Amino acid sequence: MSKPSTDMNQIEINQPEMKSVVNAPQPTIPLPRGPVPQAPTRESRSIEIKIDGHSVSVPEGSTILDAGRQLGIETPTLCFLESLTPVNVCRVCVVELEGSRTLVPACSRKVEANMSIKTDSERVRLSRKLVLEFLASSVDLSTAPKMQEYMERYGAQPDRFGETRATVAQPVKVDNDLYVRDYSKCVLCYKCVEACGVDAQNTFAIAVAGRGFSAHIATEFDVPLPDSACVYCGNCIGVCPTGALMFKSEFDMRQAGTWDESKQMQTDTICPYCGVGCDLTVHAQDGKIVRVTSPLDHSVTHGNLCIKGRFGWQFVQIQPAENGK
Amino acid sequence: MDLHLTNAQATAEERAAVDSLLGAPDSSWHGAQRLGADTRSASNGHAGSQRHRLLPVLHALHNRIGWISPGAINYASLRLDIAPAEVHGVASFYGMFSLTERPAVVAHVCDDIACLTRGADKLCADLEKKLGAAGSPCAGGRATWQRSQCLGLCERAPAALVSAAGVKHQERVLAPASADSVASLINEAVAGRMPAAPDELSIQLSVPQAEKQNGSALRLLQRIGHGDAASLADYQRLGGYEGLRKAIALGAEGTLRELSASKLLGRGGAAFPTAKKWEALFLQRNLLQEDFRRAHYVICNADESEPGTFKDRILMEGDPFAVLEGMTIAGFVTGATKGFIYLRGEYPLAAERVQHAIDIANNNNFLGKNLLSKSFDFNIEIRRGAGAYICGEETALFNSIEGYRGEPRNKPPFPTQAGLFRQPTAVNNVETLVNVPGIIREGGAAYAKLGTENSAGTRLFCLCGHIARPGVYEIAMGSTLRQLIELAGGVAGSGKLQAVLLGGAAGAFMAPKELDTPLTFEGTRSIGATLGSGVVMLFDDSVDLRRILLRIASFFRNETCGQCVPCRVGVTRQEEALQRLIAAKPLGSAAQELNLIREMAQAMRDASICGLGQTAASALESALQRWSLFA
Repeated sequence: MSKPSTDMNQIEINQPEMKSVVNAPQPTIPLPRGPVPQAPTRESRSIEIKIDGHSVSVPEGSTILDAGRQLGIETPTLCFLESLTPVNVCRVCVVELEGSRTLVPACSRKVEANMSIKTDSERVRLSRKLVLEFLASSVDLSTAPKMQEYMERYGAQPDRFGETRATVAQPVKVDNDLYVRDYSKCVLCYKCVEACGVDAQNTFAIAVAGRGFSAHIATEFDVPLPDSACVYCGNCIGVCPTGALMFKSEFDMRQAGTWDESKQMQTDTICPYCGVGCDLTVHAQDGKIVRVTSPLDHSVTHGNLCIKGRFGWQFVQIQPAENGK
Repeated sequence: MDLHLTNAQATAEERAAVDSLLGAPDSSWHGAQRLGADTRSASNGHAGSQRHRLLPVLHALHNRIGWISPGAINYASLRLDIAPAEVHGVASFYGMFSLTERPAVVAHVCDDIACLTRGADKLCADLEKKLGAAGSPCAGGRATWQRSQCLGLCERAPAALVSAAGVKHQERVLAPASADSVASLINEAVAGRMPAAPDELSIQLSVPQAEKQNGSALRLLQRIGHGDAASLADYQRLGGYEGLRKAIALGAEGTLRELSASKLLGRGGAAFPTAKKWEALFLQRNLLQEDFRRAHYVICNADESEPGTFKDRILMEGDPFAVLEGMTIAGFVTGATKGFIYLRGEYPLAAERVQHAIDIANNNNFLGKNLLSKSFDFNIEIRRGAGAYICGEETALFNSIEGYRGEPRNKPPFPTQAGLFRQPTAVNNVETLVNVPGIIREGGAAYAKLGTENSAGTRLFCLCGHIARPGVYEIAMGSTLRQLIELAGGVAGSGKLQAVLLGGAAGAFMAPKELDTPLTFEGTRSIGATLGSGVVMLFDDSVDLRRILLRIASFFRNETCGQCVPCRVGVTRQEEALQRLIAAKPLGSAAQELNLIREMAQAMRDASICGLGQTAASALESALQRWSLFA
């Protein structure tokens, strides 16, 4: 075994010309940016609040939505998803907080001691009803079964805005083989933008563009996906609550009238491609895979996959007869 | 960042526009030509750190080229390490930016409510005859004109703003404007002969009190018209910077005490106690010393866009140093070393005047390091808005400065906890800040004696519409609306008053029988109105109020950011319902439509994220309460 010190000396002696060859700028070492922030050391306290007259105690940092769920109160949500930062834009989860001039969003408002909340008051029901009517009167919610439930619950009648009302109806965008974008079904919940951005993929292929009623999800200048930064991870499809983003396989079957969820079987498995070990839920109909998702609560994926796990399953279905002569 | 760009390339001119602001790119990673060394290094860390320069970059591009092309978006992305989809998302948010090719010269002609009372209809009709339909090319395809929201020139209505993109970008306002004057300014701009001298603030027209009272009884307007607004010497001769000197002598705590004693409430519309806001930052000063990343910021909200409001423009044009002094005192108290003035994009003269004042103050140690030879640093930077009413909402303003879409954030956290760059931030209106030096100079108690118990001090009001002498007026709080109208020469037009709009589009209408309402926060609140931004817009009996309501509704439809559902769809449905009512084609009956409008108003007020949605129905509702317009 040679002595390490000799080896190192030799390297220095044997390669003196390296220094003159390398002409690249010196690598810059980032300056220390102050003390490293420490995690808070205090113990997590529990906070007691009142919801619809019932007391409930939840850990500090919980939201009103969490507290409500603990009491078994079902609060409608649309733009909220456990794996994403709450943007509280849909306003369907609003609740009445005593002392607050306006209603507050349950999905993002953190509990504070002695809050008193009503989740089913006249004001709450009216706002939720109107929000649902506003959405249903401007967006195609035909592939959002949850929304139909909510609308029944709150007695929403989207037809009362007349026939000439503005809608977001537009042709469906089919510009690649993996997924379609039907923005006439888009409620602008921001989830796909979050999943494409800092909450999951960090690709930033899409953003909200335009303003007001014309605000919409778009790539730069609305270029087709193949020209954009999209990496086809499909994580936007995974979070879309209305079916505006849809597997091409599902879209084609729906067009052909063959899509039937009651005939579908879901099988959990592990992605075969790499060593990360992503959990896949394979949805199959009539013995053929029709789409692949991942459970939101899985510790590895949090519902996210990559292009291979989500879309690369065709090989499973190649029958020996087709695969040869 | 690892950017994926389309093949669209920026032109040399577009690159020059961006480089003039950011300097030359440091490597091919940021848009320079690719050299050998670039293949062996990567310098793309700190993604997003330059993001706050996005809006200035977009302005630079737009000012030079007249529109923002796909190639330009790509170059901006490269320079700032922001994905092109996001740059496009931000650029498409602002009304002033065009993302389709457009002539370099554009005339923006106001057809908002104040101008409607003073001939905007005729002006637009004349322009259609003379130059063709709005949006169509004129002057040989080198110019165009378009209708615009309120330009904040209401005292000189009808108003127009002509901008000419180019190496030397120029903007001129025309007020009052005629079709002939707009057309001739367009022609001069196309020929490159836009008058070089800046538009002068017409004191006689805009501040009628200036000549009458010789400035003596006025506080906020005391210097306007009595000295050269561009001269630091004149400012100091008229009492300028005495407030700052006294504040430094009193110390931060002493200054806060005076401010607290003054009972000054914010003048931007929300009427929050200024001292409380500053104190919240002051109390976090110990954190500031422990952790240097926890900067504090002071922001002057000069994004005055409420239709009918122009007081802040006149303060900035007529007394720019006072704005700086107020901000500097705020910096001294709150521990902030950086201030931003978020200045409305449509105010070229105000921006020029304030920038000039900043330069002079910097050269004379009234800004910068070791200010007035004390160990206290403060700098001020102007950020121009780009045609988005919503950016006057403080949290939307933060997002706009940070280089994001100007969408409001949910509160809490409040700006004093997590504001600009998520740091403690004090946002104050221009008028609030201009109040501060005088309060400190003369003491808080003296100020509190002015006005009423709960509404201290004097207040600026923007009188416009059918009023004999439109302009900005300063009166002690507590005077009645009738007194204010008399001060401004009484009702013009037919002479018979039909309605007053108080507080702008987000405000409320008042009937003539309510003229004895005292102009205080509590007085207006008691009749369900608001002082808002100080708009007092008069309508004579010739005006069709339904038309005004529809213009207000379309204003909100244009200006909602689109983030939350109640506001995005609500203001759209509200305008549609109003259109059906005006066309006498209601769904069901008129009563049914009115009921629908009321329900929508309630949901917008209750469930919208920010003040825009919460007040988008208030003018309409107040009118429906007072008059039966759709019987």
